[in-house]
Amino acid sequence: MTRRDWLLSDQPASRSQARLGQAFRTWLAFRSNWLAMVGLGIVVLLILVALGANLIAPHDPLLGGDLRTERFLPPLTEGHLLGTDDLARDIFSRIVHGSRLTLMVVVLVAVIATPIGLLVGTTAGYFGGWIDTVLMRLTDIFLAFPRLILALAFVAALGPGIENAIIAIAITSWPPYARLARAETLTIRDSDFINAARLQGASSARILWGHVTPLCLSSVIIRVTLDMAGIILTAAGLGFLGLGAQPPQPEWGAMIAAGRRFLIDQWWVATMPGIAIFIVSLGFNLLGDGLRDVLDPKARK
Amino acid sequence: MGEVMLSVEALDVTFRRGGDTVRAVRGVSFGVARGESFGIVGESGSGKSTVLRAICGLAPTSAGTIRLKGQPLPDPRPAAFFRAVQMVFQDPYASLHPRHTVDRVLSEPLAIHGFDRREERIEGALRDVGLGPDFRFRYPHQLSGGQRQRVAVARALILEPEVLLLDEPTSALDASIQAEVLNLLDRLRAEHGLTYVMVSHDLAVVAHMCDRLIVMQHGAAVEELTRAALSAHRAETDYTKKLLSASEGYTPA
Repeated sequence: MTRRDWLLSDQPASRSQARLGQAFRTWLAFRSNWLAMVGLGIVVLLILVALGANLIAPHDPLLGGDLRTERFLPPLTEGHLLGTDDLARDIFSRIVHGSRLTLMVVVLVAVIATPIGLLVGTTAGYFGGWIDTVLMRLTDIFLAFPRLILALAFVAALGPGIENAIIAIAITSWPPYARLARAETLTIRDSDFINAARLQGASSARILWGHVTPLCLSSVIIRVTLDMAGIILTAAGLGFLGLGAQPPQPEWGAMIAAGRRFLIDQWWVATMPGIAIFIVSLGFNLLGDGLRDVLDPKARK
Repeated sequence: MGEVMLSVEALDVTFRRGGDTVRAVRGVSFGVARGESFGIVGESGSGKSTVLRAICGLAPTSAGTIRLKGQPLPDPRPAAFFRAVQMVFQDPYASLHPRHTVDRVLSEPLAIHGFDRREERIEGALRDVGLGPDFRFRYPHQLSGGQRQRVAVARALILEPEVLLLDEPTSALDASIQAEVLNLLDRLRAEHGLTYVMVSHDLAVVAHMCDRLIVMQHGAAVEELTRAALSAHRAETDYTKKLLSASEGYTPA
């Protein structure tokens, strides 16, 4: 029996085989979508670059070269693949190191916002009544804050920095997940399999965690992945306004802001980090679309 | 009638949504003896499933009392109630969680109630309903309708209840599988000494399974019959007579 047969067996012999088989089927469906694979490739590449930034970057991202001879070198100059900026720093090295900041923003926002949204949404949907009213009005209040304005207020209160930008983005990005999770919960809370769990004496916490959340999770994951592009852009926007990462940190948005003064004559200084943001955002969008095709049960046939 | 296992007295269920009130059940009373199989028959919307849901606490009781072994049931139902009374739902495609394996479905109630010897019990329950150990780690989408309903029966039986509430357990299955599941339920009742309360719109099914039955119409019980009276067509109300002749199918004029 090959490994593939073992995974696709109709008669799994153990818990782990059943779970792995299910994951393998999802993977097979995902793999047949080449655009989604491109998206996955870009995201994996981002992670690898972030992990190995010290090995990949040929120059120091913060220290520039000789200010008399090495400023504004165009792309494809020897030793500087993407050229240098106004402080004679290698742009390629800065982009490589900037991937760490981008990845940090994306991961932290996902880790903070997703559980809050899931918890609020499933609780509101499952219990209904006044709990639903209170939680969803709270969600509406957060939804009413414009993301950048709240971030501005936050940064004004706590001081500029990438950490405060992340907190501000996370606080403003959970409400859509809560709404989504609530909607999903409403469609399943009166279904027979939930009633069956109630009849077994399962506590509300057990039903919420073990029965409701797994069914909400896939649509929330899809939404989070699709939102990643927006989160990256917001972080870059904050960096551009000087409220996110502070110089000399190689954050992509801040790099564009620094390069815009030379856009006419030295176009590559602002364009290269822009291309990086574009590619990574595209990667997350393609990945999210692919995940939706695979995970969303409603989209299937 | 021997010891009364479950009794329902003057049960009323009223649903309120917005300004609408629907009296789904109006003053239904019946008693079920230990080991008996009791049927509730009626057309769609007659409130027969709602009676079962009210017994489990899934539908609100607005008047009347439900007693288990003479004790009135508190609301919400205590854990001991769920060990004594279990339910099999109508649609096996809706009553199993799509992301849970059969193993998870069967082990969860054992974990909730702190049962020991879980492995043995799960294998025993699968054997009881005629599914081999091959089925243990499958997901619902890898099972047919009949197999799903067997899993649902196994889930209901794994807590070793005394009363099983059956909500049209075969109406979503095709004819040949229906007979299989009904025979399975018959055998399990004999083996485990279970008490059944079975809801159905199909008089033939109820006549096969139940010792006594009530006929419901518009939320009220119109007649109580024994199996003998049913097979001899000794119905008293017009509605039951109509139901009886309808169950015999088309008769040329």
